[in-house]
Amino acid sequence: MDLTLGPIAFFWDAPRIRDFYARIADEAPVARVVLGEFVCSKRLPFWQDEIPRAVERLQAAGKEVWLTSLALVTLKRERQMTDDLGLAGLGVEVADLTALAHLPAGAGFSISPLVNVYNEGTLEWLAAKGAKRVCLPPELPPAAIASLAATGARLGVAVEVWGFGRLPLAISGRCYHARLTDRSKDNCQFVCGVDLDGRTIDTLDGQQFLAVNGVQTLSAATAFAGHDLTTLADAGVQSLRLSPQTGDMVALAQALTDALAGADNAAALEAAARAASPDGLLANGYLRGQAGANWVA
Amino acid sequence: MPEFFAIPKPFAQALRLLPNPPLSLMLTQLTRGILRRHPGIVSRLGDQAGKSFALAPTDLPLVLVLSLPGGVAKVKVQRDGKGADCMISGKLSALLGLVHGAVDGDALFFSRDLVIEGDTEAALALRNAVDDAELDLAEEITRLAPPLAPMLKRLVAAAERRTGVALHRAGGVL
Amino acid sequence: MELVCPAGTPAALRAAVEAGAHAVYCGFADETNARNFPGLNFSRAELTDSIRYAHQHGAKVLVAINTFPRAGAQDLWHRAVADAERAGADAVILADVGLLAYATKNHPNLRRHLSVQAAAANADVINFYAAEFGIKRVVLPRVLTVAEIAAINKETEVETEVFVFGGLCVMAEGRCSLSSYATGKSPNMNGVCSPASHVVYDQEGPDLVARLGGFTIHRVGKTDPTPYPTLCKGCFTSKGETGHVFDDPASLNATDLLPQLAKAGVTALKIEGRQRSRAYVAQVVRSFRDAVDALAAGKPMPTGALAALSEGQAMTTGAYAKKWR
Repeated sequence: MDLTLGPIAFFWDAPRIRDFYARIADEAPVARVVLGEFVCSKRLPFWQDEIPRAVERLQAAGKEVWLTSLALVTLKRERQMTDDLGLAGLGVEVADLTALAHLPAGAGFSISPLVNVYNEGTLEWLAAKGAKRVCLPPELPPAAIASLAATGARLGVAVEVWGFGRLPLAISGRCYHARLTDRSKDNCQFVCGVDLDGRTIDTLDGQQFLAVNGVQTLSAATAFAGHDLTTLADAGVQSLRLSPQTGDMVALAQALTDALAGADNAAALEAAARAASPDGLLANGYLRGQAGANWVA
Repeated sequence: MPEFFAIPKPFAQALRLLPNPPLSLMLTQLTRGILRRHPGIVSRLGDQAGKSFALAPTDLPLVLVLSLPGGVAKVKVQRDGKGADCMISGKLSALLGLVHGAVDGDALFFSRDLVIEGDTEAALALRNAVDDAELDLAEEITRLAPPLAPMLKRLVAAAERRTGVALHRAGGVL
Repeated sequence: MELVCPAGTPAALRAAVEAGAHAVYCGFADETNARNFPGLNFSRAELTDSIRYAHQHGAKVLVAINTFPRAGAQDLWHRAVADAERAGADAVILADVGLLAYATKNHPNLRRHLSVQAAAANADVINFYAAEFGIKRVVLPRVLTVAEIAAINKETEVETEVFVFGGLCVMAEGRCSLSSYATGKSPNMNGVCSPASHVVYDQEGPDLVARLGGFTIHRVGKTDPTPYPTLCKGCFTSKGETGHVFDDPASLNATDLLPQLAKAGVTALKIEGRQRSRAYVAQVVRSFRDAVDALAAGKPMPTGALAALSEGQAMTTGAYAKKWR
């Protein structure tokens, strides 16, 4: 198994993004990086100039680079953005099937965890269309992961599983950051940029539960597959996806790489995951066939 | 939202005087007859058929507990819902309206005209199964005692007129 | 416009047809459809009988097979498609591309509609589904404004169906795992959202507390309505702000927008609520049939009947108005 760094879900400013990818390029033992804006098309103008810079830097460091599509495409300019994706000459990660409609025939692509791949039939259809990689939806239980990893191996599609990061639980037409600050989506004033790891939502009993990130809803807990590496590798999973949080992603990627190389570092690995997580809250319920919020050490 | 008729207190008090075992027996017979004529209720309950269901008319001093041990219906009249997996409570008129498809269970639940306690899944299964059966309790009661049918029918009609309580299946569209 | 009405049971189906439904949608009593609730839905025999009844009364039956087949168990979904065709269904409503591919190949003559659970939100992807799977109709996700719906209709030959009444998903449908995060059960995998089996109401002093999978979803006082146990309608807190962070517990009611939807080129109007009673179905369908008939005849909308529907319930026009976002 290797590591894939997923796209940044949050609205970080351009300097932060530049520093982040520079450090990833120089220091993080990840095989590939998916970048681009997938949550909100309004954010992209603020940092799109960083994309070519980051691509160059990451490729120079020997990383594979993919470009993500938007997760929900409704507006005309969003359709245009989706159509332009293929022009960069990079592999496209499809986060909404709309992107598939725009890809030139025969172009290889990757499938984001926000696209519904629940069964062999869907994986077969995507493979026939040219899918090279698929990151499975995080809610899948272990039996489904094993079955799809086996199907992927047969079809020559690399199957990836959510390894670290607040879980992408839902996407909406409505912006929750704007709603929480009594603004309309059209006049949001980019308030989501304040919460670099998403804005935590607590229950009325004070329990951390979810997090909002503009139109996206995430889990409050950070999902972490560090205690399931053997199971996933045995099932034939080829890669773990790490979703950027503001914590130390390099240290986490290093600890995971050590573990995958056979180091006996379970405690250090969990510590690295907690250190990289907002409030140190972890979950792995989905990987145990349970409610996603559960943590089974 | 309809206002639900409450059974007058003196009448409710009088019910206390009725001995429970015969009442349980009569209701058990009635329920068995209903389930025989509407086998869809039990098949709809599916794996919830193993649960016990308390029906609590809040304007009467009694609770009916329905269970189906071995697939055979049993109704016990109790003072409370003790031992039941779930309890549906509300005024008798609301419960009867529900059984007869005259009102919507969800609406009654959110307006608190109905209260569900315990196993929500079991209560929901019973509600859905009964809704599909298109029951008519007045008809079922007259079947229990055919010789008395004409008299019972007149009584039911009079009671419905006086109280607005649905004792018949709601006819077609409201 | 065609009125597409919900039926959770054969009795509700008959009620809907009697009340004037042009089409009724329903599902099998298992995890193949997105209203897999206890005591609900149709056996094979019930579906066959119900379709016969509907056809005798001039109504169509659409069978929703709109969850995402489980890896290793796709047979259950494949059988559902075959059985729907055998029972005489006028169309199946599908969401999963694998299942769409299967139906296209193995049941080419069975009309296919794209479920709202596929969340196809623009003309490009709708036309793509049409080219790949020959879908004849798309149920649009509840994230679009009326203007966006009109724009879609200008760019596609595929018929559009939109929700006009009932429960409202605030998230893009089929792309939400909130329920499984709290309970392990999700709409996509199990056909349930915030399932009753994981809902607990507790009386805590004067408060009624609704919990889902152990998470407090709402806490209300004595005189408030019982809180809706659906996760996205819950009340939460964030940085000192307390409220319905995701969505107010209101029901969609687009009756005022019917003329605009007709002008936007919408083919069919959908009423949510397969989990509701036959009494509810009959009342809502009758009201909407009157409204649709009045609209077709160029008469004013019968406001009285429609107002009765919203009595005692908070109503919203949802995403159809742009300010909702």
